Amino acid sequence: MTNPHAPPLLAIRGLSKAFLGVQALDGVDFTLRHGEIHALLGENGAGKSTLIKTLTGVYQRDGGTIALNGAEIAPRSVEDAQRLNIGTVYQEVNLLPNLSVAENLFLGRQPMRFGLVDRAAMRRRARAILDGYGLSIDVAAPLQRFSVATQQIVAIARAVDMSAKVLILDEPTASLDAQEVAVLFDVMRGLKARGIGIVFVTHFLDQVYAVCDRITVLRNGRLVGERRTADLPRLDLVAMMLGRELEAAAHRLAQPTEVDESAPPLLRFQGVGKARSVAPFDLDIRPGEVVGLAGLLGSGRTETARLAFGVDRADSGTITVDGAPVALRGPREAIRLGFGYCPEDRKKEGIVGELSVRENIILALQARQGWLNPIPRRRQEEIADRFIRLLDIRTPDAERPIQLLSGGNQQKALLARWLATEPRFLILDEPTRGIDVGAHAEIIRLIERLCADGMALLVVSSELEEIVAYSRRVVVLRDRHHVAALTGEDVCVERIVAAIASESSPPVAEARP
Amino acid sequence: MIQRFLPLIVTMMVLVVGFLLCAVQFPNFASLRVVGNLLTDNAFVGIAAAGMTFVILSGGIDLSVGAVIGFTTVLLAVLIEQAGLHPAVAFAVALAVATGFGAAMGAVIHWFQMPPFIVTLAGMFIARGVSFVLTTDSIPINHPLYSDLNDVAWRFAAGGRLSLPAMLMLGVFGLSMLLAHWTRFGANIYALGGNRHSAELMGVPVARTTVAVYALSGLLAGLAGIVFSLYTGAGYSLAATGVELDTITAVVIGGTQLTGGYGLVLGTFGGVLIQGLIQTYITFDGTMSSWWTKIAIGVLLFVFILLQKGLLAVWSDRGGEPAEA
Amino acid sequence: MTLSSSALRRNLPQCGALIAVLLANWLLFPDFFSIRVQDGRLFGSLIDVMNRGAPVALLAIGMTMVIATRGVDLSVGAVMAISGAIAATMTQAGWSLPPVLLVSLGAGLLCGLWNGVLVAVLRIQPIIATLILMVAGRGIAQLITEGQIVTFVSPGLAAIGSGAVLTVPTPVVLTAATLAVTALLVRATALGLMIESVGVNRLSSAYAGVNTPVILIAVYVWCGLCAAVAGLIVTADIRGADANNAGLWLELDAILAVVVGGTSLLGGRFGLLMSIVGAAIIQAMNTGILLSGFKPEFNLIVKAAVLMVVLLAQSPALSLLLPRPRSPANALPIAAKVTSNAPGKAHKEGSAQ
Repeated sequence: MTNPHAPPLLAIRGLSKAFLGVQALDGVDFTLRHGEIHALLGENGAGKSTLIKTLTGVYQRDGGTIALNGAEIAPRSVEDAQRLNIGTVYQEVNLLPNLSVAENLFLGRQPMRFGLVDRAAMRRRARAILDGYGLSIDVAAPLQRFSVATQQIVAIARAVDMSAKVLILDEPTASLDAQEVAVLFDVMRGLKARGIGIVFVTHFLDQVYAVCDRITVLRNGRLVGERRTADLPRLDLVAMMLGRELEAAAHRLAQPTEVDESAPPLLRFQGVGKARSVAPFDLDIRPGEVVGLAGLLGSGRTETARLAFGVDRADSGTITVDGAPVALRGPREAIRLGFGYCPEDRKKEGIVGELSVRENIILALQARQGWLNPIPRRRQEEIADRFIRLLDIRTPDAERPIQLLSGGNQQKALLARWLATEPRFLILDEPTRGIDVGAHAEIIRLIERLCADGMALLVVSSELEEIVAYSRRVVVLRDRHHVAALTGEDVCVERIVAAIASESSPPVAEARP
Repeated sequence: MIQRFLPLIVTMMVLVVGFLLCAVQFPNFASLRVVGNLLTDNAFVGIAAAGMTFVILSGGIDLSVGAVIGFTTVLLAVLIEQAGLHPAVAFAVALAVATGFGAAMGAVIHWFQMPPFIVTLAGMFIARGVSFVLTTDSIPINHPLYSDLNDVAWRFAAGGRLSLPAMLMLGVFGLSMLLAHWTRFGANIYALGGNRHSAELMGVPVARTTVAVYALSGLLAGLAGIVFSLYTGAGYSLAATGVELDTITAVVIGGTQLTGGYGLVLGTFGGVLIQGLIQTYITFDGTMSSWWTKIAIGVLLFVFILLQKGLLAVWSDRGGEPAEA
Repeated sequence: MTLSSSALRRNLPQCGALIAVLLANWLLFPDFFSIRVQDGRLFGSLIDVMNRGAPVALLAIGMTMVIATRGVDLSVGAVMAISGAIAATMTQAGWSLPPVLLVSLGAGLLCGLWNGVLVAVLRIQPIIATLILMVAGRGIAQLITEGQIVTFVSPGLAAIGSGAVLTVPTPVVLTAATLAVTALLVRATALGLMIESVGVNRLSSAYAGVNTPVILIAVYVWCGLCAAVAGLIVTADIRGADANNAGLWLELDAILAVVVGGTSLLGGRFGLLMSIVGAAIIQAMNTGILLSGFKPEFNLIVKAAVLMVVLLAQSPALSLLLPRPRSPANALPIAAKVTSNAPGKAHKEGSAQ
């Protein structure tokens, strides 16, 4: 349908961007053709966001060229990019929930009459636009009244109506259900037929195969490759994303500790789930056992961890600890039961930045003891110093505000916070994310030591080798379902990858080991 | 649709029911005279509250309005009585000063990223302080224009009159509604209050809008000051203390979210009249004491804040995760 | 109240400012530091500063902890009026001192509880939540006094305002005692740590098991109690309760004192003693303006100027332009580490929610 000699809609060549020495994008090429849906894939830190933000003028590139229809462009701001006909729709809809649908569509470019906003015309035109997307809703109602899917379509309609030729959809399906996704895909196909080029960022492989023509995979800021979807088997795609030659897939590095299978589980989840978060699952965890949660970003890993600590409350199922059912109403109950949780977002949910390393380490223990029963200062210092030594937390002294430490040392201090409470069950969400190699290995050794001491661990990680190294059992998640449970010989990277890449099958509850 | 107007409907119902209760209790209450007086007595609060509505809709707050009203009355008195300026000139100067003052606060809020609460608190100190420095006495204003202006009124056949301040207030509310709902500036204010970051991404001129909102609040506080000086015929540095609270209360009772983004200018008008009605009721009653006004207004504040909290919870329960704390 | 060397360095500007203001007063008024004993009570300008500053200092103690949790309490002035009204009215009605004090303080506690529940349980923004009592509280106070200025003759109650303990004026003693009790309460227990923790990061604190609602309610309750004590002092001092004017606008002075004392409006680390220093700076400036023969009208402008200077110094926009030396000795390598972390965050892919 397009002349092969005409320049592509968008041609990015050799794009580079660094942040204070960290190379976020390193000579990346990306080509978007007219009337194509092009998946941009990659795990955390692959550089997708940086690429998009450079394209939309949020960041300025360090090197490389961006050409739109053959003409080089350099968007300096979001408005600039909009003027160049590059529109973006983000996962968290960046519209205004308090304004009406029509106002959202026309903010800043309302139809005017006699110097005033012509509200009737605005509503009429809004209705006409949305009709084109098969959406007949009350355009005068505030946007927040509508589902995220509808809001996404409104955002797309706004971007397209502002004459977008390139439409970037950054994880638009992350919080949509299957039906809503189908509607969105119809909209995308319609736009494609109008010659608009769509860059589609998602974590759901099924969706990639359902709607995309081509796939570009990034990893660690570099281009891994561009393929036609039809030519790329799922398994190869996952291998591209995770960066492994499957023949040489790593097998387990260490032999996990023996666990008495006949022993009653410390924890038992039966049919625990939460709507729009993670489908009901069964899971047993025994003392001294490390259970790994593997899956792509957005597959329900973190959601499972949050349910297990009571941060989110399950809307179905039962949780038993030592055979007794418990109502996990919140973190305080979980802590009382001897649980601990290192969240994925260290900065927002983990550390208390302004407070010292010592205070951060003793916080959970102190909270459990109650404010009336303060840990004496000397004892606090002992605890802090012990863990600083034990975990090799690099800080000049225990009194330094924790926000001044490096990410790895913050993570170790958070681990120390929970170890100080001598927990029976510890949940670690991406414990090695954003941590330098040295600290990385130390944290893995620490996990192994902890389970040797009889602690039960639930570890979420995107690093498959890592999971394979320390997990006795790996639960694989896909599309918010627990799809497989691997034990024994099956705990290896290739089996995990295969489970992640498996075709959408009816979700199975975890098979008992 | 109904949800957007629900707070306004509640406000207006409170107003109407309140008025009916008063009318049932006091035979003379339901008259144009009472209504006219209600409008006149609350004109300056109403004008300032219209400005406050914009500030709060944009997600800010302006604690300086009472002080700016007081300052304006002093400035007018000094300009007219001591400097011998014609009131019309003095009015123009006062409005310009008040607008500039508001714009300056808006600029500090935007470019120094400081909380509006504290910046306008400093603004309140400054405005009161400057009025104190100008004079601590109450200076009567005796210019003939003042008595002429005070005679301007629309007289009803059935008795009672719509005074100039009342007309000004009605005009201000009319224009404010136009501004809020039929201009791009108005839409930008709502956008800012809804989500500053998204608004910026959607191309709303955040800096210009923020400065303009506080400038508008300053302008209307200045106008309220002129009305107050007409009403009292004097300039006094302690005039209108606490009016910032009255206006904030009127805005909240009028159904506007204090967190910004939701609300209607017309609601504020209702809020002002409800406050005025409570006062009038207590005056009519004669045996009731004035402090019931404050208690009643406090209760109304509480009820309306709860109502909004509840509405917001109902609206945003879709996919919203309750934050744990 | 541990004053490590870094804390001392952090507090240097405030202490310096206080000394400068006091010295300026001394220059204007050479007798400023002279203190004499008369009728078993200390007199002198310095004593006057402390005595007059006592109510704001008391409010500042409670306000400090509220602000440390990232909140604010606008109702303290109204709470002062309520407690004063109760004390005066009950005393006039013939009640003896102990029940009078008990009921007045109890009222302050209830007011604080109300604010705390609104903030912690109903999750209403603190400014808005406390606005309710700010408006209604004065009405309640007037309801109690029935709109009158209730005067009383009770040497016992009056002594709280104008008496002296070992020659030191009672308000000063009460403030010092409140400070001591508060400091003990927050620093000898884990309360202080939890208040700071909640103020810095409510979510992290909750995940670490801190009972955030209870902490929040506790600080508002304590703030209400402090306001009640301040209200008692003012009432006892003038031997009467003026529900209209008692504590009027003092909430703003208290907030100013806390901010001048260096506790950030964004919550976190707090210094009770420094808030008292802040209150002392404000009061010393007031006294200085009076002594220097300037009109007291300049007070507000000076206050506004001080507020703006302190706030500008704390402004995030300004601190980007002028990097604040936190601990000059070894700031550089650490600072470099911190900034090198930031972009990692910036280009991080969307999280897996």
